[in-house]
Amino acid sequence: MDILYFMVPLGLVLVGVGLWAFFWAVGSGQFDDLDSPGWSVLNDEKAKPATPPDDSQPREPREP
Amino acid sequence: MTPAPGSACFHCGEPIPAGVRIHARIDSNEQPVCCHGCKAVAEFITGAGLDDYYKYRDRSGARADETPRPDRWSAYDRPELVERLTRAEPGGARSITVLLEGLRCSACSWLADKALHLQSGVLDVAVNPATARARLVWDPGKVRLGDLLRVLDHVGLRPHPLAGEHAEQIALLERRSALKRLAVAGFGMMQVMMFALPLYVAHSSGMDEGMREFFRLVSMLVSIPVALYSGWPFYQGAWHALKAHSVSMDVPVTLGIVIAFAASVWNALTGTGEVYFDSVTMFVFFLALGRYVEMVARHRAGSVTDALARLAPVTARRVRNEQVEDVQAIELQPGDEMLVRTGEVFAADGVVNGEADGRVDESMLTGESTAIAKQRGSTVHAGTQNLGAPLRVQVAAVSGNTVLAGIVALLERAQAERPRLAQAADRAAAWFLSRILFGSALVFAIWWFVDPSKALPATIAVLVVTCPCALSLATPAVLAAATADLARRGVLVAHSDAFETLAKATHVLWDKTGTLTRGLVRVEDVRVLRDRNEAECLGLATALERMSEHPIAKAFVASGVSNATATAVTVTPGAGVEGTVDGRRLRIGTLEFATGLAAGGGTHSPVETTDGSVFLGDELGLLAGFRLTDPLRAEAAACVQQLAGLGLSSAIVSGDAAADVAHIAERSGITRFESRLTPQGKVASLQALQAAGAVVIAVGDGINDAPLLRGANVAIAMGRGSALAQTSADLILVRDSLDQLPDIVRLARRAQRIVKQNLAWSIAYNLAALPLAALGLVPAWLAAIGMSLSSVLVVLNAMRVARRPAVARSPQWTDVRPAGAG
Repeated sequence: MDILYFMVPLGLVLVGVGLWAFFWAVGSGQFDDLDSPGWSVLNDEKAKPATPPDDSQPREPREP
Repeated sequence: MTPAPGSACFHCGEPIPAGVRIHARIDSNEQPVCCHGCKAVAEFITGAGLDDYYKYRDRSGARADETPRPDRWSAYDRPELVERLTRAEPGGARSITVLLEGLRCSACSWLADKALHLQSGVLDVAVNPATARARLVWDPGKVRLGDLLRVLDHVGLRPHPLAGEHAEQIALLERRSALKRLAVAGFGMMQVMMFALPLYVAHSSGMDEGMREFFRLVSMLVSIPVALYSGWPFYQGAWHALKAHSVSMDVPVTLGIVIAFAASVWNALTGTGEVYFDSVTMFVFFLALGRYVEMVARHRAGSVTDALARLAPVTARRVRNEQVEDVQAIELQPGDEMLVRTGEVFAADGVVNGEADGRVDESMLTGESTAIAKQRGSTVHAGTQNLGAPLRVQVAAVSGNTVLAGIVALLERAQAERPRLAQAADRAAAWFLSRILFGSALVFAIWWFVDPSKALPATIAVLVVTCPCALSLATPAVLAAATADLARRGVLVAHSDAFETLAKATHVLWDKTGTLTRGLVRVEDVRVLRDRNEAECLGLATALERMSEHPIAKAFVASGVSNATATAVTVTPGAGVEGTVDGRRLRIGTLEFATGLAAGGGTHSPVETTDGSVFLGDELGLLAGFRLTDPLRAEAAACVQQLAGLGLSSAIVSGDAAADVAHIAERSGITRFESRLTPQGKVASLQALQAAGAVVIAVGDGINDAPLLRGANVAIAMGRGSALAQTSADLILVRDSLDQLPDIVRLARRAQRIVKQNLAWSIAYNLAALPLAALGLVPAWLAAIGMSLSSVLVVLNAMRVARRPAVARSPQWTDVRPAGAG
């Protein structure tokens, strides 16, 4: 049973590390938006070719 | 691809009116759309290579405005405005937060993101669909702010730059901090539970005293951050309430936490008695969870700042020495002259100057759907839209002094006074708590004389057993579960105390335009009165109406197709339009106006006139009559019927004409209706109902409904309604559909039943355990297990509120287009 005197504090340290990681994630905005990143992964590859390498893409969209 | 009859618009998903044949070219396919506005948006989206939007969106887009707006985005290129609205970022970049109107799903936010990245010079875009906000970072050397805003407008997401970013920032920080506190409480609760289990069985398992002491100290160590950090908002709330000489729910909660925690710490340090860290952490966690869910919903529901940002424009055109210059709205002073072009929104209150023949859409203030004629000397209000000729306006009141700002201030005050039900609940809790404290003191005093060594354990057992833990969880746990469930179904709960009233509701008051109907006028019926056919008459009418910007004209332009153009067009305000089409002189408008061309009124069969009737006439007399209606929502009649089945009687309170209201009432199956009501009139009929003891749900969408919503027992706003209506609502139907309404009532009633079960259970448990604890028969550890179990039972019971018979959920990917099209 004496092993608990070592294992329990170790567990607490791990919990502390987990909490620190979570705080970091919250602080860097990882939890501000939980919906759209999932979609962006699906679409990135297709949309990339449309990105103009220079200013040749018309900046003014067509007027209705 | 030919449109199936009755098919839906490719872009906005609304049914295409009969007779409309407008197509958008999407990847060499012709897709049916409902109007030219939607056509333009759909073609822009696909033209920019963003057609994935149509594959992945889970809701249809907002209907594009028919009238092309004048370009107001170029005003945002002015350095002073950029300076005021944006912030400097490292590397010379600027950033701005904009509210995106029409952002409805994740695919929309993807669209905004991609459309912006097509612009060179855009460094970062973060779109948050939950709050409908986007933060843009760009290089001012490469691209201008106005261009970015214009791009967003073109993809159908109208941007509203938020000057008051301060409030945004506060909300974001509040959300993040609540999430952190919740995480600490959650982690802490799990750890402490783990350490508590050996302590529960310590007596029988023969665990040695040193190990028990160790577990208690470790539990204390973990509980300290939970009690101090996660519980801090409750202490703050309790402190504020006490300072204001009132008692909020935070007070008993705080007392419960503090007493149990302090006693546990004392016992852990002295090594005597029991510890209740498991109860404390669980208590804090569930309370924090409930608060978090409610806060997220409240933030999403929007604030008054948003409402103002949407309504009042940031820029205006000032006329000085006959020179027109773009200025910020806040630069305007009373006495200035401003120029408001067709389609623009007034930035200030004022009086029309000079010769003018204007028409102004004041529907956001008055609910009147017809444009109001404005001549020299007429007053105009900030937030209303100029539909007629450009107007010169002598500014009378700006920003905080406008009628619009007055309404907003009224709403803010009403919101601050809102929590009537919360107060009743708090009074009950305070009553209960004072009895507990008194009872504990009594137990302590009696035991002090009988057996002083048992006084403290018995008192703490009483406190723990009677700790209103399950009792105070009974309601919030159910409300949190119900709120979360409704959020999944597209209903936002801004004020969760609405559930209680909702379950007791007896009447529903409906607004007509935009609530029972979609708020879009369509040509419903063409009656040919002479030698022409329907399509010809509609074509002639469309040719004439195309020259007008009256709201009724929109109905024709959206429904009719015409190659003919009208010449020599004159517009008579309040009467109609006259012009020459194919060499024939024609008039369209009121009956008198349309018959006016023919000598002696011409010959025509007798016709009935209602508010929604428009007539076409030529030199020989009447040609045709058109009935315009705002069609009833498809789900409205079923919704009213289901509500009636639940015992709720419906009535319409509308600002529109009696005939129109009667028509809609008949179609939706509502027998009671009142028409031509002002906002005050609506409130009066609400109060008459309430005086008779009715508990009233009000459903509305416009600013003119805001007073009605504010006064109602439960206020429900439509998702596409005005922001001001939404800020005064308890619930918001985000999907802009009524079909969830009966379910909401059912859910509220189920929630109420479960709350009652929970309360009955926790009170019964407390009453049964109290005498045993007071007699010193319950060891505190057993009391703690009992309390935890009763709380768990309450929480599990609360989860049942979200369970319902399995219904077919609409699949998310309804709009998937053939993959080859992309």
